[in-house]
Amino acid sequence: MDRYRNNAFAIDALVRDTEVHRDVYVDPEIFELEMEHLFPNSWIYIGHASQLAKPGDFITANIGRQPVLASRHTDGSIHAFYNRCPHKGVKIASEACGNTGKFFRCPYHAWSFKTDGSLLAIPLKKGYEGTGFGNAQANEGLSRIRNVVVHRDFIFAQLNDNGVSFEDYFGESLSTIDNMVDRSPEGKLAVVAAPIRYMHTCNWKMLVENQTDTCHPMVAHESSAGTAVKVWKREQSDSTETPMAVQLYGPFMSPYEFYEQSGIRIWPNGHGHTGVANSIHSNYSDIEGYLGQMVAAYGETRAHEILGEVRHNTVYFPNIMVKGAVQILRNFIPIAVDKTLVESWVYRLVGAPDKLYERALMYNRFINAPTSIVGHDDLEMYERAQEGLKSNGNQWVNLQRLYEAGEQADVTAVINGTSERQMRNQFHAWAKFMTLDMDKRVEAAE
Amino acid sequence: MITEKTITDFIYREADLLDTMQWQAWLDLFHPEGRYWMPLEWQQQDPVLQPSLMYEDLLLLKVRVERLAGERTFSQKPKSRCHHLLQAPQIVACDPAAGMFKARTSYIYTETRGDVLERFSGWASHDFVQVGDGLKIKLKRVDLVNFDAPFGNIQLFM
Repeated sequence: MDRYRNNAFAIDALVRDTEVHRDVYVDPEIFELEMEHLFPNSWIYIGHASQLAKPGDFITANIGRQPVLASRHTDGSIHAFYNRCPHKGVKIASEACGNTGKFFRCPYHAWSFKTDGSLLAIPLKKGYEGTGFGNAQANEGLSRIRNVVVHRDFIFAQLNDNGVSFEDYFGESLSTIDNMVDRSPEGKLAVVAAPIRYMHTCNWKMLVENQTDTCHPMVAHESSAGTAVKVWKREQSDSTETPMAVQLYGPFMSPYEFYEQSGIRIWPNGHGHTGVANSIHSNYSDIEGYLGQMVAAYGETRAHEILGEVRHNTVYFPNIMVKGAVQILRNFIPIAVDKTLVESWVYRLVGAPDKLYERALMYNRFINAPTSIVGHDDLEMYERAQEGLKSNGNQWVNLQRLYEAGEQADVTAVINGTSERQMRNQFHAWAKFMTLDMDKRVEAAE
Repeated sequence: MITEKTITDFIYREADLLDTMQWQAWLDLFHPEGRYWMPLEWQQQDPVLQPSLMYEDLLLLKVRVERLAGERTFSQKPKSRCHHLLQAPQIVACDPAAGMFKARTSYIYTETRGDVLERFSGWASHDFVQVGDGLKIKLKRVDLVNFDAPFGNIQLFM
């Protein structure tokens, strides 16, 4: 029974100033509507241009429920398509990435397509003569995604042709991606390995919210980061150097005051980041030779400016998080209302010392892997929330922390680092992009 | 004298210690410089500049073991249990003169928690060093057949 389909008002009513209804996390119909509306209306990260180094290279992804494909054409341009043959709908590419050579070839009837998507050949072409095939949509080849933007090698696509422009959608928030890229002395990142993948039995938004939740680390991660600090204190004996591992775990146990002061910045359309003044990434030890490379590339002032940005987690609404200071992007891919695939990518800073890549890989397996003890702490909480939200005792999730009456939506602001305002910011955007292309007949009738 | 049987017995004992959750005795099997490695790539060569699921020294393994018993380790309420089903280890090297002791063991590993049971298949490669009359683990490498799959929590040791 549909309660929310074609009912923008019912969807809007799930988001209050300081609360959201549990249906946003547990209702399968809401999940379906997210796939049909929220994801196609948003700009979704589908991959990195370094994964498409040579002509014929391709990557596959999903936007909502829809399989998509991006490829590097012979002239160097990047194109994105719906990943289905225009003939019978067979998925053209089945692997996460690869090289297709000069053309894509459907494995079912051998229709083939250039790497810009246009139809190259059909076997027994004669059979289509006089059938009016020239006017068929199939004759156009792979259905093209018109809205594709490659920002500093980050490939984003938006399926809705009448949505918000890339510039209006992201605005100043792109500064986190820019900073991550600028951290390479050559201004370039490279994906050189597959991501760590981690299946979560919870709603995808729980993960997104957790990225700017600064009141949980010292509580939920006492078991992992807290134990790491404790064991190190006991075992360090005469060691003068803190191992990289302890440098990565330790700051998770920072007190509330640390997070309060580090600050949160919010941007329009649901984007925002923790770690404005400082962050848990602030005090890693220097990597030998790196600062020198950066100064040589950018000059003293600019190099320090770039490295002085130590933003913690930047949420790009709806479903990625970027961690500039350790070159990680986490993609929270919705599978079902209670199932989320997390892919954690590490980018290599081109031209920088290996040690930086080593640290990023270490961070990724310490925090984002299915074998990560920090990850175990978080997933346990999401799973308990997914269970607990079945309770009828209270149907609302509270996001009231540091709420002020008259709070403005879709603004840029810097606030106390323990505020839940970024979560409120996300839910404002959630309602907006869920209902952006919904028929508002009732409203029109008023 | 270290023989092939010494190596085989060691590997069976290690699995038994894990299955019976004798974590401290398990840690004692490692050399102080020992490592536990779970690669994330097929026939991976480098644990440092290629991504791995785990690459841990003794300090980090101690953190894991200590965490399992922690009062606020919520992901261990209820606790996980595990089971190893080993094939006979293949001795790759048993050369006391050269100090080379290596074995490779195919196995199925089961980890369970609450009502959930997860099964993994893979190979453990052991690299040993001789310490006194016995062996210590220099490197335990766990290659899962589906290392690239999206797993849920893996909380214990394979």
